[in-house]
Amino acid sequence: MSLDTSRFIAEHVEALKPSGIRRFFDLASTMENVISLGVGEPDFVTPWNVIEASYHSLEQGYTAYTANAGLMELRELISDYLKTTYAVTYRPADQVIVTVGASQAIDIALRAILNPGDEVIIVEPCFVAYASAVSLAGGVPVSVGTKAENGFKLQPQELKNALTAKTKAIILCNPNNPTGTMLNREELLPIAELVEEHDLLVLSDEIYAELSYEADYVSFSSLPNMQDRTILISGFSKSFAMTGWRLGYAAGPAELIQAMTKIHQYTIMCAPTMAQYGAVEALRSGSASVEHMRKSYRQRRNFVTSAFEEMGLMTNRPGGAFYIFPSIKETGMTSEAFAEALLIEEKVAVVPGSVFGESGEGYIRCSYATSMKQLTEAMKRIKRFVEKHTA
Amino acid sequence: MDKKEIEILELLEKNGRMDVHMIARMVELSVDEVEAAISKFEEMQIVHGYSTLIDWTEVRGHEGVTAMIDVKVTPIRGKGFDDVAERIYRFPEVKAVYLMSGAYDLSVSVEGKTMSQVARFVSEKLSTLDTVISTTTHFILKKYKHDGIIFGEDDNNDRRMPVSP
Repeated sequence: MSLDTSRFIAEHVEALKPSGIRRFFDLASTMENVISLGVGEPDFVTPWNVIEASYHSLEQGYTAYTANAGLMELRELISDYLKTTYAVTYRPADQVIVTVGASQAIDIALRAILNPGDEVIIVEPCFVAYASAVSLAGGVPVSVGTKAENGFKLQPQELKNALTAKTKAIILCNPNNPTGTMLNREELLPIAELVEEHDLLVLSDEIYAELSYEADYVSFSSLPNMQDRTILISGFSKSFAMTGWRLGYAAGPAELIQAMTKIHQYTIMCAPTMAQYGAVEALRSGSASVEHMRKSYRQRRNFVTSAFEEMGLMTNRPGGAFYIFPSIKETGMTSEAFAEALLIEEKVAVVPGSVFGESGEGYIRCSYATSMKQLTEAMKRIKRFVEKHTA
Repeated sequence: MDKKEIEILELLEKNGRMDVHMIARMVELSVDEVEAAISKFEEMQIVHGYSTLIDWTEVRGHEGVTAMIDVKVTPIRGKGFDDVAERIYRFPEVKAVYLMSGAYDLSVSVEGKTMSQVARFVSEKLSTLDTVISTTTHFILKKYKHDGIIFGEDDNNDRRMPVSP
């Protein structure tokens, strides 16, 4: 008789729901000639100067560990970048940590702040990892849904209704994955007031901040009295097309960053050295490559927005990131049924909105980080599909 | 020139065949506005034409060589290099002429069917011009990248996983 190894798995891990994306990935992977709008990463390859700088660091033999919090040079550049771009000031020595992607920054931030049973507000629809990361850190995720009629923007009153004596933090992703919604200063201010009134902390996931297409981006940390209550999380994945390098960072109050560094040093040691040298070059070379990519995403956003509007699918014009989140309620299908049928009938992969939380039901997430050629063909196929299923 | 006009030019520079309807959507203008802008660019000679980038080495049975020729010349009093350049660029074999800083004056790109054909052009037409002092001919052996396009690169080669969060 073979050993039942599953009984070794911890109960709270066993209880984690598998990501709804996983099932979809498995299905799409078995098919050929699929046009995928399901990809949550840039279609650009990392800028060549960044790749070349990383090569060079390897050739020079920079293959050892770095300081736990990351190369000082990189932390200084991150600090400069945050100051010039978002007007927020962080000391490189003790208020910045370089992490393995923004994902690890979220993980160690949660582990650093949560006591068992502490509640964390999660604004849905949102990135699939937040709720699980809260659970794994011993906290309790509390969802607050947003609605299409409000442009998927968090309403202060709805946030207020979800707050309890146990609420410790809010995870806010701006611009948002999967809706592409961007909150401006006026929309962020009442949230900041509630945060202060209820003595909360904000984990501000700003990974898509460089990809905002309308107004100037406002970092949550730059709002009045918010710097002490914000852990600003970002990284190189989306803005510099460096997803596979796994490099992110967090900036925040020294005590919190030091607590995070403690976890980081015992569990990771440091972020990959060669990736850190690449990131140094990315920040040094500045914004030309970012500007080029942003322009291209904006053109594609304009294109897909008008294409969905023409199909008669209600859509909010995304303000940032590279996702659009149209309603498919007209078809009468659930988002999962829609996505599955679309994949099988038209070979276009999208992600059902429901995987990003209950309030995502009735919507699909389409990433426009793909070539215009592919996007044009995908829009043609989706149009044909929608016409067939609404007739 | 406003931002959207610059954007139209950038899109056309990358893809001269891009449909006006597509451009209109991408820059959020009407089709009429885009057409008017393009006509204006043509009238103002900002846009000089719409050519296609062809990798002739991939075309079976096609013969052809390209040479880059460094040309030293004596500029003509009162007219500088322009007249000399014109004497050269009027030859149909000449595909491009640039005035250069540095060790020589004109960089001339010449195409021919064979090396001897190009060599004949250089010795009979180019070197014999009064104003030409010397020429150095470099034949192109292989084109890796031309006008920003890398030859032989498959743009359908997406290395990403089909679905990710």
